[in-house]
Amino acid sequence: MPVPSLEDFMSRAYTMELEATERYAQFAEQLDTHNNREVAQLFRKLSEIEALHAKRILEEMGWPSVPALPPAFAWSGAEAPETAPFDSLHYLMQPYHALEIALRCELEAVKYFDDIAAGAAPQRVRAAAKEMADEEREHVALIKQWMKKVPRPAAGWDEDPDPPRIAG
Amino acid sequence: MNAPFAAAALQPKDFKSGYKPVWCPGCGDYSVLTGVTKALAMLELRPENVAVVSGIGCSSRIPAYTNCYGFHGVHGRALPAATGLKVARPELTVLVASGDGDGYSIGGNHFLHACRRNVDLTYIVMDNHVYGMTKGQPSPTTEPDWRSKLAPGGTGLREFHPLVIALASGANFIARGFSGDPNGLAALIAEAVRHPGFYFLEVLSPCVTFRPEQRGWKEAVHPAPVAPTDDPGRAARRLMTDDGFNIGVLYKGSRAPFTGMAAAPTDSPEDLECLFRL
Amino acid sequence: MKPTPSVSVALAGSGGAGVMTAGNMLLEAAALAGYYGLMTRTSGPQIRGGEAAAMLRVATFPTDGQDDRFQVLAAIDWQNVGRFAAELPLAPGSIIVGDPAQGEPPEVFTRSGARYLPVPLKQLAGQLAGAWPNMVALGVLAGLIGLSFESVEAAAKKAMKKGLEAGIAAARLGFSQASSLEGFSLEKPPSSSARWLITGNEAAGYGALRGGVRFVAAYPITPATELLEWLAPALAKVGGTLVQAEDELASINMALGASYGGVPSLTATSGPGLALMIEALGLGVAAEVPVVVVDVMRTGPSTGIATKSEQADLNIALYGMHGDAPHIVVAPNSLADCVAATAWAVGLAESLQVPAIVLSDQYFGQARAVVDAPVLEKQSLERLKAEGAEGYKRYALTESGISPMAIPGTRGTAYTADGLEHNEGGTPSSQTADHLAQMDKRARKVSQLDPGDAWASIEGEGETAVLTFGSCTGPVREAMARNGKGVKLVSLRLLSPAQPERLRKALEGVKRVLVVEQNHSGQFLRYLRSEYQLPGEVRSLRRPGPLPFRPEEVRQELLNWEETA
Ligand SMILES: Cc1ncc(C[n+]2csc(CCOP(=O)(O)OP(=O)(O)O)c2C)c(N)n1
Ligand code: SF4
Repeated sequence: MPVPSLEDFMSRAYTMELEATERYAQFAEQLDTHNNREVAQLFRKLSEIEALHAKRILEEMGWPSVPALPPAFAWSGAEAPETAPFDSLHYLMQPYHALEIALRCELEAVKYFDDIAAGAAPQRVRAAAKEMADEEREHVALIKQWMKKVPRPAAGWDEDPDPPRIAG
Repeated sequence: MNAPFAAAALQPKDFKSGYKPVWCPGCGDYSVLTGVTKALAMLELRPENVAVVSGIGCSSRIPAYTNCYGFHGVHGRALPAATGLKVARPELTVLVASGDGDGYSIGGNHFLHACRRNVDLTYIVMDNHVYGMTKGQPSPTTEPDWRSKLAPGGTGLREFHPLVIALASGANFIARGFSGDPNGLAALIAEAVRHPGFYFLEVLSPCVTFRPEQRGWKEAVHPAPVAPTDDPGRAARRLMTDDGFNIGVLYKGSRAPFTGMAAAPTDSPEDLECLFRL
Repeated sequence: MKPTPSVSVALAGSGGAGVMTAGNMLLEAAALAGYYGLMTRTSGPQIRGGEAAAMLRVATFPTDGQDDRFQVLAAIDWQNVGRFAAELPLAPGSIIVGDPAQGEPPEVFTRSGARYLPVPLKQLAGQLAGAWPNMVALGVLAGLIGLSFESVEAAAKKAMKKGLEAGIAAARLGFSQASSLEGFSLEKPPSSSARWLITGNEAAGYGALRGGVRFVAAYPITPATELLEWLAPALAKVGGTLVQAEDELASINMALGASYGGVPSLTATSGPGLALMIEALGLGVAAEVPVVVVDVMRTGPSTGIATKSEQADLNIALYGMHGDAPHIVVAPNSLADCVAATAWAVGLAESLQVPAIVLSDQYFGQARAVVDAPVLEKQSLERLKAEGAEGYKRYALTESGISPMAIPGTRGTAYTADGLEHNEGGTPSSQTADHLAQMDKRARKVSQLDPGDAWASIEGEGETAVLTFGSCTGPVREAMARNGKGVKLVSLRLLSPAQPERLRKALEGVKRVLVVEQNHSGQFLRYLRSEYQLPGEVRSLRRPGPLPFRPEEVRQELLNWEETA
């Protein structure tokens, strides 16, 4: 989808951050419900980081709230590039897995902004996209560092000796 | 249409209840819930004017996760309950949620008749080709060779084809969605609510616990290659040869909905005594 | 012959002979002449063309029970009519009217000692263009029981759309034939009062509307179908709706859905349908959604005898549900009471937010009777609705157990009605404390019900009491009337929740209890034994359907007991 203006670009960027914020928050909630507090906490942190990014866009643009995207707007994929799909989770997942998800999302975001920066959008848009892409690259680096600090899951991390418990 | 809702009166999160889903992390039903809340926000509805009706199953847990009016009934009977509600209260927006066991097996008869009755309902079936809630038995849409405790050698039975059956039963609107695309789902659900009459939306919604291989569905799905038809004959041919992963609206008829609505009263009950009086 | 207060006549014949049409006109004629009466019907298993009989009773007093014997059996033809012998008991003084061209009456009838009076019905009708033998038979019957011809003419005018003149002429021919025969005569009719001509099914339908029902979903089943067929156009007139569902599972769930939406709802069925509805009735109990099911009982189990009556669904109505499921069971104890009992059941369901089952039966449902116009007092049994409120809790633990119910569309009170156990707020809960608190609440709201005097009909005084319910009440009443004093009737209308304290009071001073019911296993007796203390000796008078109890059977039972006591 062509990006006609800086406003349009920034509201996309904002929406990306907002959806990522919400998705990570949902993930945190799901894992809380399933007693995986450690990963829940991590997702909560990721959610907070994305929320900060979203807030910064509002501040930079001096927007009280974000202007709506045109009704016909659609992401090229199923959801915004930085939004992790619902099926990424597993109740026994470990922090490393969560960071893998975040890494994938950041890489998607880099690619999204790089494409705009290299595309046919107005100069101002391309410059802003370049800036965003660089910022996302920094996040990629941060997450990679973070991943080094958490243990790698051993084989069989998803094994559960008990059968599922639900009943209806 | 998957724009954000900056201008909408209510945000999708305003349609969520504080009650936390018990679904397994990764379950496709989370995404359907997101699709529902986004659609309701998109439609600028108020939660109190929406009712979400369901049967029993993991998927049927959805009503309590919204802050709309909810009716979590008994296994297989969501459609009749929703029919009663909609006929009695036509001004409400009524969404119905089922699973493939709930909707196609125990509730199969209601499915046929809801299709032909054409009451203005949005019927969302979260199809995971398995009975999730009772821990992994084959459902009508399960592949014949899928092995499980209850059918160790597979069922050996041909799958039920809900879309074809809906068409044959007179459904007026038939679509397929995928839980991996909550925005696409939101758009389909919004369209379904706007459409007057029965709208059947089959949603491929993986059960990551009993059918983990369904995580691979995201590679298999693809948008329907052609625009929806309004010719049932053509639709039948398409649906019969469909690979099961075509996403989008597949059939669009134009039958008028059934309202069953009473006219304004002309008599009080007491007036009817003249029927018996000597 | 000495005038009597009651005469019973039957008109039989093959399908196409018009016995029901003629029977209805005779009942109407009797009603117009100022008498009470009723008509029941019986028929063979064929869909069309089979044998059928209209069974009428004309009386100077209100009655919805059949008498011991028929004074007149008239038949247009005798094909297979012998099958009805058990349902058409005759006596030595009875008259059999038949067309000699159709052969002799079957031996099963003549061996009663009844007199045979041949009347050439077909030949008489043949004298008039467009006339039918059933109209000749109508005239004969009216003449034999001493009705005026004017009343027959008036009834024909009301009923016949075509062939009226020929019909009246035929009836007149029959009437004049009867004048040469020695028949019966009725005592003078009682002074006139406001009366209705109504079937039990119509009465239940009307009661439902008076109770406030505006949504009905149902699946056809004998003998409840006429109730639905009456309701369909009637509902349309009062701003309601009837949906024909695909099965009973759908009907009860549709009714629950509509009621959840705030519209008082009902479904009607018979035993096999009630069996299919049981699961959803449990939902109604758990989710506290009011709904009314009228069970027009027929002979069971399974398809049984679909067109005949029995009181054998008592167990399933009282105890059929899974889980502990307090609910309401009401039984009308006269045909006319189908109005009040059904209206009451709707009120109870609505005010207590609980399913209510009305146990009518085929006998009431399909009988048409002249009854004193029922007087329905306005009942103030309404659903307690929630106003938009802060911190709304759908299943709040109130003292009465009744919590305000929010109606979809009301802002600020959205909740999910749930068959899953829940807490006060309606959130699913598997906590012991929530289960106990909600069970207590659901039991409390039903048990605290104060039915006033409506719980039973109590009549007479004596050391012998008859306990019964439903359509057995008529024959018991009549037996008591014949027996004179010494017997007390307690006919229960509210079967669930049980009223042990009220019955204890009602039975003070009683030394013997006779329990009368129409089923094989004594379901009512077992229920009484488990829920109540019965004083003194207890006897059971019971038999399965389809034959109704006759007053004399009950009277004999009481007499024999008193003699041996
Ligand atoms: C009358 C009845 N029979 C059986 C059950 C048990 N039961 C609960 S959910 C379910 C099947 C659920 O499968 P599906 O509808 O596909 O939903 P899912 O859990 O996969 O979302 C069954 C058999 C029940 N609750 N009620
Ligand atoms: S069992 Fe399957 S369908 Fe049920 S919540 Fe878990 S993943 Fe979803």
